[in-house]
Amino acid sequence: MSEGISRRRLFGLGAASVAAVGAGAVVTRSFAEEPVAHAASSSDPVPFYGPHQAGVTTPAQDRLHFVAFDVITKKKAELVELLQEWTAAAARMTQGKDAGTFGAVGGAPEAPPDDTGEALGLPPSGLTLTIGFGPSLFDERFGLADRRPPALADLPAFPGEDLQPGISGGDICVQACAHDPQVAVHAIRNLARIGFGKVSVRYSQLGFGRTSSTSRAQATPRNLMGFKDGTNNLKLEDTAMLRDHLWAASGDGPAWMNGGTYLVTRKIRMHIETWDRAPLAEQEAIFGRDKGKGAPLTGHGEFDAPDFAKKGPDGTPVIADNAHVRLAHPDAHGGARLLRRGYNYVDGSDGLGRLDAGLFFMAYQRDPRKQFVPIQRMLSQKDALNEYIKHVSSGLFACPPGVVDGGDYWGRTLFA
Amino acid sequence: MRTPTVLAAAALALAGLTACSSTGSGTTTEAAATGDGKITVAATDTECKVAKSDLAAGTSTFSITNNGTKVTEFYVYAAGDRVMGEVENIVPGLTREVVVELPPGVYETACKPGMTGKGIRGPLKVSGEHKPLTGDAKLAEAVASYKRYIKSQSDTLLDKTKEFTEAVKAGDVAKAKELYPVARTYWERIEPVAEVFGDLDPAIDARENDVADGEEWTGFHRIEKDLWVKKDVGGDGPIADKLMTDVNTIVTKSATVELSPVQLANGAKGLLDEVATGKITGEEDRYSHTDLWDFDANLQGSKAAVQALRPVLEERDAELVKTLDAKFADAENALAAHRSGDGWKLHTDLSKDDLKALSDAINALAEPISKVASVVAR
Repeated sequence: MSEGISRRRLFGLGAASVAAVGAGAVVTRSFAEEPVAHAASSSDPVPFYGPHQAGVTTPAQDRLHFVAFDVITKKKAELVELLQEWTAAAARMTQGKDAGTFGAVGGAPEAPPDDTGEALGLPPSGLTLTIGFGPSLFDERFGLADRRPPALADLPAFPGEDLQPGISGGDICVQACAHDPQVAVHAIRNLARIGFGKVSVRYSQLGFGRTSSTSRAQATPRNLMGFKDGTNNLKLEDTAMLRDHLWAASGDGPAWMNGGTYLVTRKIRMHIETWDRAPLAEQEAIFGRDKGKGAPLTGHGEFDAPDFAKKGPDGTPVIADNAHVRLAHPDAHGGARLLRRGYNYVDGSDGLGRLDAGLFFMAYQRDPRKQFVPIQRMLSQKDALNEYIKHVSSGLFACPPGVVDGGDYWGRTLFA
Repeated sequence: MRTPTVLAAAALALAGLTACSSTGSGTTTEAAATGDGKITVAATDTECKVAKSDLAAGTSTFSITNNGTKVTEFYVYAAGDRVMGEVENIVPGLTREVVVELPPGVYETACKPGMTGKGIRGPLKVSGEHKPLTGDAKLAEAVASYKRYIKSQSDTLLDKTKEFTEAVKAGDVAKAKELYPVARTYWERIEPVAEVFGDLDPAIDARENDVADGEEWTGFHRIEKDLWVKKDVGGDGPIADKLMTDVNTIVTKSATVELSPVQLANGAKGLLDEVATGKITGEEDRYSHTDLWDFDANLQGSKAAVQALRPVLEERDAELVKTLDAKFADAENALAAHRSGDGWKLHTDLSKDDLKALSDAINALAEPISKVASVVAR
């Protein structure tokens, strides 16, 4: 027992010191007025219960393990039972407890433990678990066809995409975010295990570093191209904008989604090696931003509003017509915004000596038909960045409202 | 075939359990005296005529004559296809006997011409004095029931290994290839018991990459490679002889092994682990690609162990029994989609989606099976 306690202490100290080094490094490379990511609370739990699911406006944690399941049971009752079991396990794990009531070491010696054990001694680490239901769940299997929200309309095909079915779609997704990758992986592993026979993992994705900030208390991190992208993200503090752009409201569609939100995922492979050979000026022109400071090419600070009308001495726009920041900006889409929550990924290398790496893009929104779809339609047609990226997966999910208390469960409003 | 660490653990577990499982050695059919007169069974390719369908409780002897053209098997099943007694490999023209001990209840008899499918079934009613079993007696009966299974499987394992090794020694590649997955079927059904005997299991079932530097690779898979890759077994005489000797030794040892109910449960789970790690991936029979034969055998062996424990499980956790029945049926159905004649499709003929569906079915079954041991140990 004493060994267990000392190990826990070691883990705690290790995590804290690593986080502190990371935060310090960010400060030296950014402007003094920029807020520092709050490392002090990175081991604390995030409340599980609430009107909205956690893991959306929760200040983006450092690590991701995302999973999509196919439902393989044909019985609605079994699916509902699974959602109830999952909810109980999620409520426990997000508070730093074992997945099951007996835990990794508390059960009968003859029985397999009801928790897999690799998170023993680790703090809650800000773990959030967020569930979503894909369009394919609303077929004839469970009688949900007439409950499919209009906003959950299949995404159109976009030019240049090369989607792989095996890593796209899914009946159910769960996003696990935490400040410790082991905690995120533990959560998904235990949910998958609870689901055996009822659901089957279709694909999963690890993300090692956040690329978005969802709170003004966080600095904007960099993507693998070295840029700060999406600095104009919807954030926790923007209460009015969250109401308008993020949460599904009464009258939007079926009432079961009130307080919910829609998630679009896109795995975006980056052609890292060719990008790295591009001149700095070209890289900055493509994003329309200064690489060092993250400021738009027309400004000085990261959060300065870009001046899309400004022209250079040669009479051409300073921020090019096909620059990423111009095409993705709310001004180009009637004010439409997203809450981006993407993660950098590296899936090893691709067998040709190149990094298999990029961005696992995730964006939450009130109605993809009015937000993601028009934005991506424009980007896919004009964005100068397209030369260096390829969309290889796509997912769309209706994330129901939050679990209000211990008697509630994920998806109750849909299934009840 | 498992890693040496697992083998060592199994052997240790056995040593520990043998010491305290005096209940395990209860009744066996071999020990029971023959009742009053044998019950004849006339089997053909289309019929299974059992002379009596009403029996007195206790021990009965069935005498099965195969008048058909296909090799047949005979079974007495309790609810959920729990095997109370069975004879395998009854070739046309032959008569074989089996002694079965039956408490009062309703059973089914079955002949399986061609040794496949659910067989030709008939009802069997057993009545008379009923001495209620205590909990411990039920566990003892579970072990005895499973030992009957081991016995019948190992008898046929000997026969089939003999046929296989003789074909190898005769240099008959075509016949040996045909017999390879058949002989392995009996091996794979009872492998958890065989694994208890440390170094014999690797000698019989090691794959090429399991063998340490400087050690000789022997057993089924060595011959498999020569049959399918080299296409010549001219030099395999000594390997075939050693395989026969090793199988003989393991069968002799299996007959005397003490098993505990918890070991039965863990064996049932172990067989599904074998499926998950070796058969779904096609690693087990990487030259012949006959992995689905082994898959089916593992599944049957697992079911036999669980069914032996069924009376205990029904008493202690009826809900678990229902789940196990449903998941076994799902797994069997998933596998049945890949039947080909009397055998199975090759692993290489299955698509990635096919394999995923099989993997899902095994995961769905293995989770509830992993709970059996703790129910039995209660």
